[in-house]
Amino acid sequence: MIPEIGQFALMLALAAALVQSVLPILGASRGRILWMQSAIPTALVQCALLTVAFAALMRSFIVSDFTVVNVATNSHSLKPMIYKVAGTWGSHEGSLLLWALILAVFGAGVALLGRNIPAGLKARTLSVQAWISVGFLSFMIFTSNPFDRVFPPPMDGNDLNPLLQDIGLALHPPLLYLGYVGFSIVFSFAVAALIEGRVDPAWARWVRPWTLAAWVSLTGGIALGSWWAYYELGWGGWWFWDPVENVSFMPWLLGTALLHSAIVTEKRDTFKSWTILLAILTFSLSLLGTFIVRSGLLTSVHAFAVDPERGVYILGLLAVSIGGSLTLYAWRAPALEGGGLFTPISREAGLLINNLLLATATAAVLFGTLYPLFLEAITGDKISVGPPFFNAAFIPLMLPLVFLMGIGPFLSWKRADLRGALQRLKLAIGVALVFALWAWWRDTDGPVLAIIAFGLAGWLLVASAREWASRVKLGEAPFAESLRRAKNLPRAAHGMTLAHMGVAILIVGMVGSSAWKDERVLFASPGTVVEIAGYEVRFDGVARVRGPNYVSDMGSLTVFRGGEMITQLDPERRWYPVAQMQTTESAIRSTLAGDLYVTIGEPAADEASDEWTLRVLYEPFVNFLWIGTVFLVIGGFFSLSDRRLRVGAPRRTSSAPPPQATPAE
Amino acid sequence: MKRLLLFLPVAIVGVLFGFFFWGLNPDRDPNAIPSVLISQPAPEFDLPPVEGTETPGLSVDDIRAAGEPVLVNVFASWCVPCRAEHVVLTRLVEQDGIRLMGINYKDKPTDASNWLDELGNPYERIGSDYSGRVGIEWGLSGVPETFVIDTNGTVVFRYVGPIVDTGAVDEIMTALEQARAQAAGGV
Repeated sequence: MIPEIGQFALMLALAAALVQSVLPILGASRGRILWMQSAIPTALVQCALLTVAFAALMRSFIVSDFTVVNVATNSHSLKPMIYKVAGTWGSHEGSLLLWALILAVFGAGVALLGRNIPAGLKARTLSVQAWISVGFLSFMIFTSNPFDRVFPPPMDGNDLNPLLQDIGLALHPPLLYLGYVGFSIVFSFAVAALIEGRVDPAWARWVRPWTLAAWVSLTGGIALGSWWAYYELGWGGWWFWDPVENVSFMPWLLGTALLHSAIVTEKRDTFKSWTILLAILTFSLSLLGTFIVRSGLLTSVHAFAVDPERGVYILGLLAVSIGGSLTLYAWRAPALEGGGLFTPISREAGLLINNLLLATATAAVLFGTLYPLFLEAITGDKISVGPPFFNAAFIPLMLPLVFLMGIGPFLSWKRADLRGALQRLKLAIGVALVFALWAWWRDTDGPVLAIIAFGLAGWLLVASAREWASRVKLGEAPFAESLRRAKNLPRAAHGMTLAHMGVAILIVGMVGSSAWKDERVLFASPGTVVEIAGYEVRFDGVARVRGPNYVSDMGSLTVFRGGEMITQLDPERRWYPVAQMQTTESAIRSTLAGDLYVTIGEPAADEASDEWTLRVLYEPFVNFLWIGTVFLVIGGFFSLSDRRLRVGAPRRTSSAPPPQATPAE
Repeated sequence: MKRLLLFLPVAIVGVLFGFFFWGLNPDRDPNAIPSVLISQPAPEFDLPPVEGTETPGLSVDDIRAAGEPVLVNVFASWCVPCRAEHVVLTRLVEQDGIRLMGINYKDKPTDASNWLDELGNPYERIGSDYSGRVGIEWGLSGVPETFVIDTNGTVVFRYVGPIVDTGAVDEIMTALEQARAQAAGGV
């Protein structure tokens, strides 16, 4: 009964989306207020219906209703409750429903909160949003219905892929989707603006909070995925340039570019057609990600069940949305240009270079990701493009960007004084040298790029802090005065400083954990001691442990430092009999200086039951990755809470900050 | 000129989509690693019977000695799809007279014999691969898997997953008939 309600709600949502996709946009072109306003109730109804459908599916997972195919193939009655809930979006169908739900949530968000958006733009935006909804809802209903029944129902389910039975990964898809799909509303705004033929600073201001919200979610989602890979896959790495990681990373890179170019559109009324193009491409890359994950186009650890029919359907959807919007762009963009002029040394120019570097980096990642497909299509050879290509292509593009991030905020609009900016950055240059020297001292034979990157991290950290300090006149004025200034500073200014510092911290983590990683692999029998990075790790043996839906070989290791016992580490190797899968659970001792990371592998031989393969890793600074991400996310929230951008808040011109006080981020 | 430049993104996307469409060809499998065992002799093994059953154990010699093509099915009592295909396998044996051998993979003997008692035993011989060692030699990617072995002891066909729908049964039957025809032609 409940699944049928869900099914019915899904169909009604499609009907609501169909109305929303036609009526408001027609009303906007004919000037009929009532038709335009119909976008608001339809968006809300669509969102409510999809919530009902999603709740119905979730309920089927919670009570393990194996008459529903989707539940039977992705759940198991013995699974812990949280993973039953997470199973709702663990499958192709369920995650698609989540996609559609988030799409509708963003539409409803604009309908409810966008009170100050002109009626015409709002109606068109919501109609475009509904076009996307119609595409995805029909795709779901016709090819991947989450509510399909099975008779006779199986005795028990097939279980969710045990690798995915993890708290980090249970939360990763919803966050990632919030980001992916969040860019849909930006896309809709862009297409609506193209249809209207008008892009102005006000448009940029309406788009910005949605871009920021999507960007923050995507940042969090990618970081969670990365964190999961780090402790769950058992290889000790956090980024593998896997196609599916890349498809989430590309919208992030381009979304970051969009975030910055929209500032120029907002402040200086220029870069308009570029901002629109970025808005379209960012969401196009999100769609591309959805397509690649679900079509079996590339080989990846994440791929969902492959079905060519589905692939063709999504490809058609993509061709219409991406091809259509880009054609519209080519047709309407010439009408958009104009706006302020600027000299080669100015904040505009800095942001232009930022955009070019980010766009080039995105193109490089896209090319590397799709190259195996190109090559196979043309020559028939099967290859995979691995980290060496991406590191060689990506890192050199990022280094100048990081350098620029330090100077950029010091540059003023239109015409800037580079010499003056560098004068104020003496301290940052000094710190950068100290960082680089320390990196060189730490590992004299290490990669040169690591030394440069580490130096740049110091540079960015100090430059960002310095910029913030000079805004609040820290040290130049009495402390109370600085405090007052800090209070009055637009939230977006704090946001920029935090986010830029976050990037610096991220770099420390990246360099430390990839360039200076220490690794030991050995056959260990009880009593074996491994020495690594000043720790002595003693292997005490392995015990068989039983979990709710798995059995596990749990190793026990004791960690000493300078003869004193510090901690006990228990890495596991789990076998999930229902899903027929083996997983490793690493054991980690985390400190700010680095992680001691232990995994246990196969027994060395069938006969020698007490000899095990042991991997012991020391990853310096790896936690800076997560700390840096937290900075990025908090920075994003700060910017989001800026009064200037607050969605739906009544304008209070009296207390609004003067425009020149608004930072680049 | 500038207007033409604005069409560049659409053009690039058009080319990309051409590749994507090619990539969706259902016959193309980016993960495809052809089974190394096809046209190779079946791996050497000798497995004891499942304790608590009357059925004898299974070795590669038993397969060769069968004198006609046989089906080797890898199953386990903990495997739900195996339960589904069990009916189909039983029917194949009883109605089509197929010779069916089993490898009981990573399964406790008591569980396996209870499972066979409950569902019936269509297997002529069953080897108990409790350690999973023989499974590795057969290159298992999961359970169930089914192999067709010809009279020379060569693996001619491999089916991954449960044999439940008619498509799967047809594939198995075709492979068996080809193997029989080859044996008849060779004699």
